[in-house]
Amino acid sequence: MSDLDIREAVISGGLGQSSLRPDGVAKAEGSYEFSSDLSADNMLIGKTLRSPHQHARIVRIDTRVASAMTGVHRIITAEDVPGKATYGLIASDQPVFASDVVRYIGEPVAAVVADDEEICSRALEAIDIEYEVLTPLIDARLATDTNTPPIHPDGNIIREQNVICGDTTVVGDIVVEDHYTIGMQDQAFLGLESALAIPDADGAGVECHVATQWLHEDLGQVAACLNLPESSVRLVLGGVGGAFGGREDISLQVHVCLLALATGRPVKMHYSRSESFLGHVHRHPAQIWMRHHATKDGKLVKVEAEFVFDGGAYASTSSAVLVNAVTHVQGPYRCANAEVRGVAVRTNNLPCGAMRGFGVVQACFAHERQMDLLAQACGLDPIEIRRRNAMSTGDKLITGQVVESVAPVLQILEGLERMPFPEDDNSGETHPYQMPGGAGNTTRASDVRRGVGYGLAIKNLMYSEAFDDYSTARCALRDGVVTLKFATAEVGQGFITIAPQIARTTLGLENVVLEPIDTGVGSAGSTSASRQTWMSGGAVEAACLKVRQLIFEHVAASTGSDPFALVIEGDAMVDTATGERQLMSEVVRGLEFDEEVEFRHRPTVPLDENGQGACHTAFAFVGHRAVVDVDVELGLVRVVEISTVQDVGRALNPLSVTGQIEGGIAQGLGLALMEEIVQQDGRIMNPSFTDYLIPTIADMPPVVAELIEIPDPQAPMGAKGVGEPPTISSTPAIISAIQDALSQFGARSSHLTRVPIRPSDITEAVNTTRRD
Amino acid sequence: MTSKSDERHFELSINGNQYRVADSYPGESLLTVLRDRLGLTGAKGACEEGECGSCSVLLDGNLVCSCLVLAASVTNCSVVTVEGLGGSTDVQTAFVESGAIQCGFCSPGLIMAATNLLERTPEPTLDEIREGLAGNLCRCTGYGRIIDAVQVVVRQRKNGKP
Repeated sequence: MSDLDIREAVISGGLGQSSLRPDGVAKAEGSYEFSSDLSADNMLIGKTLRSPHQHARIVRIDTRVASAMTGVHRIITAEDVPGKATYGLIASDQPVFASDVVRYIGEPVAAVVADDEEICSRALEAIDIEYEVLTPLIDARLATDTNTPPIHPDGNIIREQNVICGDTTVVGDIVVEDHYTIGMQDQAFLGLESALAIPDADGAGVECHVATQWLHEDLGQVAACLNLPESSVRLVLGGVGGAFGGREDISLQVHVCLLALATGRPVKMHYSRSESFLGHVHRHPAQIWMRHHATKDGKLVKVEAEFVFDGGAYASTSSAVLVNAVTHVQGPYRCANAEVRGVAVRTNNLPCGAMRGFGVVQACFAHERQMDLLAQACGLDPIEIRRRNAMSTGDKLITGQVVESVAPVLQILEGLERMPFPEDDNSGETHPYQMPGGAGNTTRASDVRRGVGYGLAIKNLMYSEAFDDYSTARCALRDGVVTLKFATAEVGQGFITIAPQIARTTLGLENVVLEPIDTGVGSAGSTSASRQTWMSGGAVEAACLKVRQLIFEHVAASTGSDPFALVIEGDAMVDTATGERQLMSEVVRGLEFDEEVEFRHRPTVPLDENGQGACHTAFAFVGHRAVVDVDVELGLVRVVEISTVQDVGRALNPLSVTGQIEGGIAQGLGLALMEEIVQQDGRIMNPSFTDYLIPTIADMPPVVAELIEIPDPQAPMGAKGVGEPPTISSTPAIISAIQDALSQFGARSSHLTRVPIRPSDITEAVNTTRRD
Repeated sequence: MTSKSDERHFELSINGNQYRVADSYPGESLLTVLRDRLGLTGAKGACEEGECGSCSVLLDGNLVCSCLVLAASVTNCSVVTVEGLGGSTDVQTAFVESGAIQCGFCSPGLIMAATNLLERTPEPTLDEIREGLAGNLCRCTGYGRIIDAVQVVVRQRKNGKP
């Protein structure tokens, strides 16, 4: 039994326990303040005017009529931005307000601040803008052609990245290839974008309460646009109603601060659902071609791929999304040779950026469909083909990077194989809810076929390519109470649950208090890339360890004991030299310490032009098995069950891990079956929850989850990030299961290559088979 | 335009209290009045077209989306919002303890829906739980712990626990 295990066994609310969320009661009683619930005395309301055109030149903006309306306080446009005119996460190419050209339908052009929302809406209608409509660039493939007229001064291509590895001329005994399409998915967090900005009394600064994923990144971008020193801008985390990548970019932050400073009054902005679809970046739609080469017995010899990512009008994180895709092409499988070409471009479509899975979702869908094709071509079952190629720790990726993380791919496969299958109860009396047609009661039992499919994934954790990725935490001890301060955005994932657990286990003190989450401490980095447990968890642990060391040194100085012999066991300090034991609450009586730590993961390097380099920090692995019932007449699907085995390193809070797994799978199921932003000429055809469907409780099957807990030696406390993996390979597992159900119509049923799959994709595949 | 005239005022009975609403536009939804006029922000707005259930309240004991109800049309009704549950009902406690809450934006609505479901159907089957809560979207949890929370309450009530 390790030192860690002993400690956990005793302290209440320590690591490894399913401690409850500290904000749970407030959220259940409705008193928790989300950013949209905030208000202030004398508050005004702000609203954004957005471009109705995909691509147009702004000839003239006339705000005079609107400005003169009763109740309207100010209207601002690009001219009123005192600082930097643009913002952006990696490339700063997005205007605060469009000034000369608009590049997508929904791009902000002006903002109004008025007494209430109704007056705002009327004022926006009264703003007169003359546009000269330009030809939009809609096709991402066309955007890759350097002869296509650029929609940005520096061209349409955001980044090209190839990965060339080993012998690219080698040809396998067996070769399978296909083209794959991934639709544009929305994060669809429930808590819409909102912020409250309160100007300083002297007008020289502003405080912004905002639902975001990364306070300090916002701070830097907002302060630059406001032309204020960062010390004059304070960002406070407003209650965040989910994020999933969609709050990593600036949405209304700059606008609301500008309006507050312009009026000298508190200003609140909040988006509607339809505006939210325009107001944040989405998952990149992708066109992918892949060709896998294998020996006759199914061992991968080469993978070839081409990716075209449509980044939309502005770059956001497209370049990093692309790197994730091209570096994860092989999946969790050994492969010595590769030729991968990837490009991310700008078009006049909606801007795309971060969403849970970040480029790996797209790559994984394609490589897992390919593994199924390969299995079929080799005459192997889907588990066996994956077993023969399973990666393990120490293997080299196609980037040349060695996988140093624990890589339990074989254990994942074994776990999936062990799981029992759900009963097939589609014969006889069945509740409509258990049929693909659901409550509509449209499905005839005779049309239902059951299928089983698998998906496996490898996912990088934390940031890549030499990004200075760190998190800051402060641990203060006073009157026996531990106070933690960090800027880690709590977006629902539960960092505020595990941070006190880390402190309790490390210090042996139960009473832990969290300070408000704001920019009053150093950056925590983003709540993304499955990184906060590792990064901010690592920072909290390191800060607590520093305080612990000071406590031990104090004890040693006053009692003469050896500080290196002192350990924490549960709620006590034990002198391992003498066996003497004392409650930590007594040990720390009268002691006061305050330590701040910046925690960094190991350095990474940028990829070279051939995609070589140890660009990623660490990796996590996961597998999914989907069981589905398909109504082959109507093309409807009901997911019966998802089983999953996930490599988590160590579950610091098992209940939270379960929540991440189940919630992530729901989003993977959404992408597989129903979620897609449909654009027609750049206009969203389904910008509402009536038309953009996300899984309901009736769509979600039971999830059977098994955790692989092999503490990762490189991870603080052994814990890997768990947020993204569930979303990644659940999608191909479901499509694979649908394919399996269809295969009952004949082995030659056409290959399913698109997500979300549409009923017509299924019926067409069935009809093709029947014609064959 | 804005009318603050007393002639336009109306009264609502919410959580047993009478509220005077004097500054509302005639077309305002119950959700808007609750949140923006009366400061009762427990009901949330995430779609404002009756799809997500975040704004669920009880109207004379019936579960409704308050975004779809005109505030001025329910002056004769009894409205119960999440604030009116008191904060520590067995349903609320079970949601907290089962891990049914992550970001929590859907929680007030789901708690109202679950409370209402268990009043109508004290011992729902799994399919009845799904049917009863199908009007409430949650983007974080995948619903597994929400189902668990409801089943915990059913078991507790059966065993006579408070």
